[in-house]
Order: sequence, then C-alpha cells, then structure tokens
Amino acid sequence: MTETLPAAPTTQPADAPARTPGRRRRRKLPGGGLLIGAVVPVLLLGLWWLVTEGTDTFSPVQLPAPQTVFSAGVGLFESGDLIDHMTVSLQRVLLGFAAGAGLGLALGSLLGLSSIADALLHPTVGAFRAVPSLAWVPLLLLWVGIDEDSKVILIAIGAFFPVFTAVHSALRHVDAQLVEAGRAFGFHGVRLLGTVQLPAVVPSVFSGLRLGLAQAWLFLVAAELLASSEGLGFLLDESRNNGRTDRLLLAIVLLALLGKLTDTLLGIVERKALKTWA
Amino acid sequence: MILPASTLTEDDVSATGAAAVSSVPISGSSPVARSRPGYTSLDVQLSGVGRSFGDHTVLRDVSLRVAPGEVLAILGSSGCGKSTLLRAVGGLDTGSTGEILIDGSAVQRYDERTAVGFQEPRLLPWRSIYKNVSLGLPRSLSKAEGRERVDELLELVGLKDRAALRPREISGGMAQRASLARALARRPGVLLLDEPFGALDALTRLKMQDLLLDVHAQTGTTVLLVTHDVDEALQLADRVLLLGKNAEDPTAAEGATIARLLDVPGSRPRDRASAELAALRGELFSGLGVDSHTR
Ligand SMILES: Nc1ncnc2c1ncn2[C@@H]1O[C@H](COP(=O)(O)OP(=O)(O)OP(=O)(O)O)[C@@H](O)[C@H]1O
Ligand SMILES: [Mg+2]
Repeated sequence: MTETLPAAPTTQPADAPARTPGRRRRRKLPGGGLLIGAVVPVLLLGLWWLVTEGTDTFSPVQLPAPQTVFSAGVGLFESGDLIDHMTVSLQRVLLGFAAGAGLGLALGSLLGLSSIADALLHPTVGAFRAVPSLAWVPLLLLWVGIDEDSKVILIAIGAFFPVFTAVHSALRHVDAQLVEAGRAFGFHGVRLLGTVQLPAVVPSVFSGLRLGLAQAWLFLVAAELLASSEGLGFLLDESRNNGRTDRLLLAIVLLALLGKLTDTLLGIVERKALKTWA
Repeated sequence: MILPASTLTEDDVSATGAAAVSSVPISGSSPVARSRPGYTSLDVQLSGVGRSFGDHTVLRDVSLRVAPGEVLAILGSSGCGKSTLLRAVGGLDTGSTGEILIDGSAVQRYDERTAVGFQEPRLLPWRSIYKNVSLGLPRSLSKAEGRERVDELLELVGLKDRAALRPREISGGMAQRASLARALARRPGVLLLDEPFGALDALTRLKMQDLLLDVHAQTGTTVLLVTHDVDEALQLADRVLLLGKNAEDPTAAEGATIARLLDVPGSRPRDRASAELAALRGELFSGLGVDSHTR
C-alpha cells in the first residue's frame, strides 16, 4: 500500500482532547494519604491512654489501658491462641465469601442476561432477600448443626445478596446502544457477553464484591458469637463472660485490622481491573 | 499501486416518486468513482417498504433503487422515520413490510454487507480507539491483515496518533471519526450513516463532511446518509430523498413516504454558495415546511 490516503488534518481546534470534568487530580498531600489517615487513630490512641492513665473515670474492667490490651495480645500470641482464633475466622470468612460471591456472580449473571430466567427466578430470590439473613440461624443450626458448615453457610448467605444484586442490576442496565452496536458489528451470544456486557459491569461487580466482603465479616461475628469454640467472635464472647475487657478490645481491634486488610487487597484487584476495563 | 476504476454503472432508474426528477449519472459530471481494491459497492432496492409500531404507521410505500456507489441523503422532519428506514436497510429492525434487497438478495438480520455509523459514536469506553475500530473487522480476517486494515483506517480518518487513547480522552469529532473508521473496517457494500455529524459544532461538521467525501472517493461504497441538515445533503449527496407526507395528496394515509427525490447537480466537492444549489435548497426547505426566506 503505497498510495497515500488523505488523512484529515489532526490539528483541528475541536480536536483538543476533551478535559474530563471530575477527574481533576487531587492535590498531593505531604507524606501521602497513608500518614494523613493515621492521624486520627493515633490521636484516639493518645486520648485512650490519657483517659486511662491520668484519670480514674473508668475502672480497668470498663476500659483497660492500651498497654494492657497490648500485653493481653502478646500473651495470647505466645500461647498460640491468638493465631488460631485469627486463622479460623479468616478461613471461615474467605470460604463463605468465595461461596456466596461465586453463587451471587453466577445467579446474578443468569438473571441479568436471560429475561426468561429473570421472570422465573427473580421473585423467589427477592423473597429470600427480604428475609433478614440472621433469621436463618435457628434453621441452620437445626439442619446443619453447630459445626463449621453452618457458619460458612451463614457467611455465604451474607455475601451472596450484595454481589447478586450488584451483578444483576448492572447487567440489566448495560447501555442498550452499546449492545446494539455490538450486534450490528456481528457479535452475539458469548462473544457479545465477553466483548460488551461483562466489561460494562466490571465496576459495579467490584463494588458488589466489596459490600459482600464486609457482609461476610459481619456474619462471621454473628455466627461465632452464637455458637463456636474458636475464632475472634468466640474470643469476644468468652472475654465478656470472663470480664477480660482487654481481650475484648483486642478482638475488636483485630477484627478491624483483618477487615481492613481483606478489603484493601480486594481494592488492589479492583484497581487493576478498572484500569483494564473502565 | 494503481487505483482501478470501480464497477459503477450509471443510475438507470428514473424516479417515479411524487416529484418526478430526471435521473442523471452519479456524482454529476464524473460518473465513475474510484474505489480501492477490496472495497465493494452494492445496490439497494426498496419495494413498498413500510413500518408500523402498533397501529401507528411511520413509513409506507417507500420504493427506490440506490445505485452502487451512490450517495443518497435522507432528509425529513424530526420523527418522520429516517432512522427507522435506515435501521430496516441494515437489518437492525426486522419489523418492516415490503422488500429490501441488497445486491439482489434480501436483507439479513444485522446484515454483514452493511455497516452502521450511529448518531452517537457508541464506542466501548474501556477499549482504546484502536481496539474499538478493530471491533468492526470481519471475522474472516487474520490478525495481521486486521492490524494492517485498522492502521490504514486510522490513517484515513487522521487518528493514527490517538490510537492508544480511550474514547473519553478524545474529542467528540474524533470519536465520530473513530466510529466511521469502525464502520468502514468490514468494507461494507452499503454504508449507513444516521446523522453521524449531528452532535458536532459547525466547523467540525464541515471538516467531517470533507472527510466523508474523501472516504467515499477512496472506497466507492454506497452511502445512505440520514441528516437533518439541508446543506449537508446538498454538499454530499448524488440524490436527496425527502421523507414526508405525499406532497400532491395531502389526504393520503398516515405515514411518511417519498415526498421528493432530487438529483443534485455538480461534482463534489461542490461550491457551497452556487445558485443551482440555492434553488434546490429552497425547494427542500419548502418540502420540509420551512420558509427559506428567499426572494
Ligand atoms: N421501537 C419503537 N417503538 C415504537 N415507536 C417507534 C420505535 N422506533 C421509532 N418509533 C416511532 O417512529 C417514528 C419515527 O422514528 P425515527 O427514529 O425513525 O424518526 P427520525 O426521522 O429518525 O427522527 P429524528 O430526526 O428525530 O432522529 C417516531 O414517531 C417514533 O416514535
Ligand atoms: Mg433519527
């Protein structure tokens, strides 16, 4: 191909790349966001320390000092209990989340894409969603028993609905014009799905997944508070019964850290995915 | 490489619509358009085409032949059924009555011989411009051939240096050009453009019109161009189809049909200010029910 095609001039006034509003870069903060984000927790910790050391507003049972909580942590860590509680809880959350989110993705895609499946199943799923999820606990205990499975199932139920709802409604609302354009250029079925519909819902799928993960942690604590012999929820309950407020606070701090950690990891995956798909 | 003369023949169909107009060769005084090897131009034959939504008739009795390589502009007031007609020709809409033949055979669902340039660019926001244009490639092409063709098209529409950008990172005019390149990627026998420049500012629109003329000169493809802009139609088209109520029979049934079918004289690019065009412009405006304020 040597004949030159007349290329339209590229220096047209109307061709200046459109400045997308709302994507203005935020001003760089000194030390980055991480340091700024640590300011309030450190202040709270300082206040906590001041209140417990300098005054006797609270008895040690009501509010133990930060260093007491810390040494309670060290003690539990040295006995190996702490790691056990954490791994058991983490394992339950991850298993339940994987099952619930996986099912939510599958069912959400099915109902989001097929009008027949939607007409057939959506009323039923909607009815189940209307049941406050903790209402399943007695039934689970009766049917599955007080073991690992009933806890994982409860967590899965918790994770399922946010993911299902996000995927389902996102697929229902994929820009019809883009889908039509895809069809007009010869895409249909699975190829249309992979080219237009799935990429279009990636952002909503991730917000659904993050909500589902938060729900998974919520339901973990519920399950472990109700019936268990290990895990962070059990540690909460046991510490309350023994009057070990230091361990109780420790469990709360650990739940916060683990929840934040898993959410951050998912957020990293999300950012990677959004770079490719949005 | 030498550009061979295309297989275009003279338009042998005389208009039988309400306003009979003599038929002249395509492109006025230069009847033979050049087309690049590999490009085809197919004829489109409409016989008694109609379309109703429920009991609301939008189109009726649309019959005409569009010759291979011809540029037909479709004008009409808003809501008169221009897009509906175009969608029927592209097989995007299957509810029409009558017969639509492309190159002698009936239109298929999402017919591969046609390609649509929508009113909105409709680019996938998560794909680069390059990958968006690739979307239009026919399945039969090898990877290397496909890459070569997309490069060629990006060059043609002047987006070569923007290939890696996402749609939100380019201007509206560039997005329309990318959309045009995507439609050309399958080398359609019939290019269907639905107000492709409607959303652009006046200056960009003029540049896009010139680009379309370039593209047509290069590809020789048949073009059906919906527009609401009389001057755009006169600048680009061999013939202008005015959709509307039958001018001679105001008591006719509901639904738009061919109100006028006018040949546009002169070869392109045309002098936008010529007197001949001014007369046609007046006629089209009055056909659209607009006072053109000419004395
Ligand atoms: N899917 C549909 N269902 C019902 N009515 C429709 C549908 N598509 C189009 N119509 C009707 O058909 C008529 C013609 O629509 P069409 O989009 O073809 O108009 P148009 O000439 O392209 O108008 P515009 O210049 O505003 O784009 C309108 O009255 C519209 O309400
Ligand atoms: Mg329209």
